[in-house]
Amino acid sequence: MLAPWPATPMAYLFGDGDMARSISPLLQGLLAIAILVAAIVSALVIVGAWRQRSALALADTPIDDRPAIAWIGIGVGVSTAVLVGLIVWSTVTMATISRPSQTAAFTIAITAHRWWWEATYRSGDTDQNFSTANEIHIPVGAPVRFTLASADLIHSFWVPALGGKTDVIPGQTNVTWLKADHAGSYRGQCSEYCGAQHAHMAFTIVADPPAAFESWRAAQAKPAAIAQDKGALDGEAVFQQRCSKCHAIRGSRADGDRGPDLTHIMSRARLAAGAIPNNAGWLSAWIADPQHIKPGSLMPKLPLSGRELADVRDYLLTLK
Amino acid sequence: MTTTDYDRAPRLVDLGSHGSLVGNLEDIWAPKPGLYGWIVSVDHKSIGIRYIVTAFIFLLVGGLEAMVMRFQLARPNERLVTPEQYNELFSLHGITMIFLYALPVLSGFSNYLFPLVLGARDMAFPRLNAFSYWVYLASGIFLYASLLVGAAPNDGWFNYVPYALRAYNPGPNMDFYALGMIFLGISTTVGSVNFVVTFLRMRAPGMTIDRVPILTWGTTTISVGNLLAVPSVSLAFFLLWMDRQFGTHFFRAETGGQPLLWQHLFWMFAHPWVYVVVLPAMGLVSDALPFYCRRPLVGYTAVVVGTITTMVLGFGVWLHHMFATGIPFMALAFFSGASFIITIPSSIAVFSWVATIWTGRPVITTAFLYFAGFISMFVIGGVSGVATAAVAADLQLTDTYFVVAHLHYVLIGINLFAVLGALYVWFPKMTGRMLDESLGKLTFWIVFIGFNVAFFPMHITGLLGMPRRIYTYPDGVGWNAVNMISTIGSVILATGILLYVIVVLKGLKSTERAGDNPWDASSLEWATLSPPPHYNFAVIPYVTSRHPLWESRLPGQGAMFRRDEGLALADGKEALATTAIEAIPDAILKMPEDTAAPFIVTLAMSIGFTGALMHLWWLAGAGALASALGILVWLWPEAELAQRAEEPR
Repeated sequence: MLAPWPATPMAYLFGDGDMARSISPLLQGLLAIAILVAAIVSALVIVGAWRQRSALALADTPIDDRPAIAWIGIGVGVSTAVLVGLIVWSTVTMATISRPSQTAAFTIAITAHRWWWEATYRSGDTDQNFSTANEIHIPVGAPVRFTLASADLIHSFWVPALGGKTDVIPGQTNVTWLKADHAGSYRGQCSEYCGAQHAHMAFTIVADPPAAFESWRAAQAKPAAIAQDKGALDGEAVFQQRCSKCHAIRGSRADGDRGPDLTHIMSRARLAAGAIPNNAGWLSAWIADPQHIKPGSLMPKLPLSGRELADVRDYLLTLK
Repeated sequence: MTTTDYDRAPRLVDLGSHGSLVGNLEDIWAPKPGLYGWIVSVDHKSIGIRYIVTAFIFLLVGGLEAMVMRFQLARPNERLVTPEQYNELFSLHGITMIFLYALPVLSGFSNYLFPLVLGARDMAFPRLNAFSYWVYLASGIFLYASLLVGAAPNDGWFNYVPYALRAYNPGPNMDFYALGMIFLGISTTVGSVNFVVTFLRMRAPGMTIDRVPILTWGTTTISVGNLLAVPSVSLAFFLLWMDRQFGTHFFRAETGGQPLLWQHLFWMFAHPWVYVVVLPAMGLVSDALPFYCRRPLVGYTAVVVGTITTMVLGFGVWLHHMFATGIPFMALAFFSGASFIITIPSSIAVFSWVATIWTGRPVITTAFLYFAGFISMFVIGGVSGVATAAVAADLQLTDTYFVVAHLHYVLIGINLFAVLGALYVWFPKMTGRMLDESLGKLTFWIVFIGFNVAFFPMHITGLLGMPRRIYTYPDGVGWNAVNMISTIGSVILATGILLYVIVVLKGLKSTERAGDNPWDASSLEWATLSPPPHYNFAVIPYVTSRHPLWESRLPGQGAMFRRDEGLALADGKEALATTAIEAIPDAILKMPEDTAAPFIVTLAMSIGFTGALMHLWWLAGAGALASALGILVWLWPEAELAQRAEEPR
């Protein structure tokens, strides 16, 4: 759809997914009415001041209140009619988006952390369960249900092009749903203030054609490939020693759960909840000094030697 | 020993034949000299001006914080400040503007104007009035002390838990905020009581409740609102402090607490607070706009009813700050409906102002320009608020820059524009000097353009999906240009505000005398000198209409008002109490002398709060004890304050 509005990654005035598209007309209508009302009243003020403006200074006083009071009656009357109409429209839209038009295909369990998103995919076969971070794949054309839990603070789950926000609140599990109509990447971002790195808590919803989604899901469920060359093997050892308290790599002994699961880290497009691209250079920079890229991040700057750093990077590069 | 009988009927006198009366009043009401005299003063005019000046200083400080943020956001991935510094800046900016500027500046105008527009000698409780100012100042300093020790609040003015809890926020940052807000709440509460009682009992005889200026309706309405809303936030901050200091479990989810409890308690207060910081400003405009339109306000009764209805409904919309929290459908529908409906009473005033301009003969002064700008900004802030009342739309708009734009149109548009205009109106009354009109108009245009260039694009920034409260943003998401424009606008706005300050400072030195009624205005404050004498009115005037000074020129009313004829109250520091509705003279009040008690009690309370902050419990106890003693001395029955007293000779 060619929207008369910049199609930037976070814009939502012309939504793409089901929920966002249901909201768009209401949003556009409200904004159109807002602009119209502001323009009318401003014009009345300007024209009224100009038309009636006294040539001289403060002089005498006219009075007759009676014709003037009609302004309030008409103005408030018209406003009331418009507002009542808007209440109806708003409530109908709210009902429309409260659940998807067809039953959700499956559920993804989201856990929000400072400052990244954990996505857990479960299936009947527990061997097929897996957890990934910050890049959440869904099949095109099928509504997906999301349960939202928090590991620490209040966050808010938001993918503007697909739908509205749902807060993620400790002690309760909120539920939302999203449906993408076109394949592609949709940027999301935490939208409830959550401290130091609230600014770098983005994620991506990737909508794949159903077949591609199934193969992605199968690939993610597999354990990590066994490291082959020496650098990677040394890197695995360093990782076990220095990184495995926080990070898990399925198929290895690393099973920490404070940070993102890195089993297939190289399948993701970005690192550090969207802060930087995922490639060998940025990966090194991130491991070397996460505090420079994301000051306040819970990942510490580890005192790794240049050699250890390179080995860990080489090991991670094998986790496709 | 002679006995002054306060049940006497005051004499009706004509100043022309009682010249000595003024001399007596000058002696009776003369302030004490020097710094000591300044500290002990209970004169509402002095206190009102202090409120306004202090609030303006906080406005400038809060503006400075905003400028740093704007420079940080001017470009993507900027590193001017650290994330923690940014978070403290936006938190302090909100706290400063909302709590230390927006209401106090209006309290300043109300303090200054209440007795003058009501034809009274002072507020009902002058010492409480001084106390309310000192506590405001002390709590402001208390909150800002956090900046000096490098631990300013860093969780926004809304201060959501769990981030505000000790597990995530171990420093004293939140303790400064929690205790500072409880402290400030004392000032707001006593100030509100004073406005309500003054409104009900201190009006000039004959000023029935349908003859008072709209400003007093606005301030009285929000004062009642404060008495209901402030306990909610004081409680919330107290519970937060308990959770932080003593491990109680009100808000901690792990131990069965409710993070959402905080949001309910906070917004039950904070949404009404939005109306608290705009209704008195709307009142200022409703009173002063007619001066420049040369006609009475259209629809006085409708505007008053609208004011009260807005406040009442304002207590039923707090959930619209929480639409995304997973609340059940029916509750959302109710609060969404209420949020739409509250627009109706607010719109009454807008159409009243438009009608007043349209059917009047506007004289385009600087103040008029600010008020006209105010109406437009009011409507933009109002209609963008309506967009967020629709739950579905709000799920996209909330916590984006669209809301930042909306709230600044509301707070700057309705509060600051009204205040900048109102100062132009009443500065001549306060100082006896005029502010420069041509510089004033230039300043208005700079402020108006700067404001709109800074904040209008934020609507678009929000529609482009930029969340609030992020210290930086990536390149390539589409937010670069709009942010740069906002930063440029904020520089223009800041220039305008600085120019305004210069115009005011220049005005203080101006040799152009204002005269008693430079605008040929209609209300009672213009019937006394500029600046008014310490006793406000030599004789208590008798009021027979809504527009005493315009009576002779408004048809059908007759010219009953006599500036020089009224009740003489000069047997000591006296004021007149009248009945609540009809304003029939009821009692002669003996007003208190200047006293250091409010200042000393404030100092003692500051010590107590500081002790609580630093966990020096002995100091907190000492502060509490000293406060109690101070209050005891303050309230000790004095013969000379009795309704019937033996007057020592």
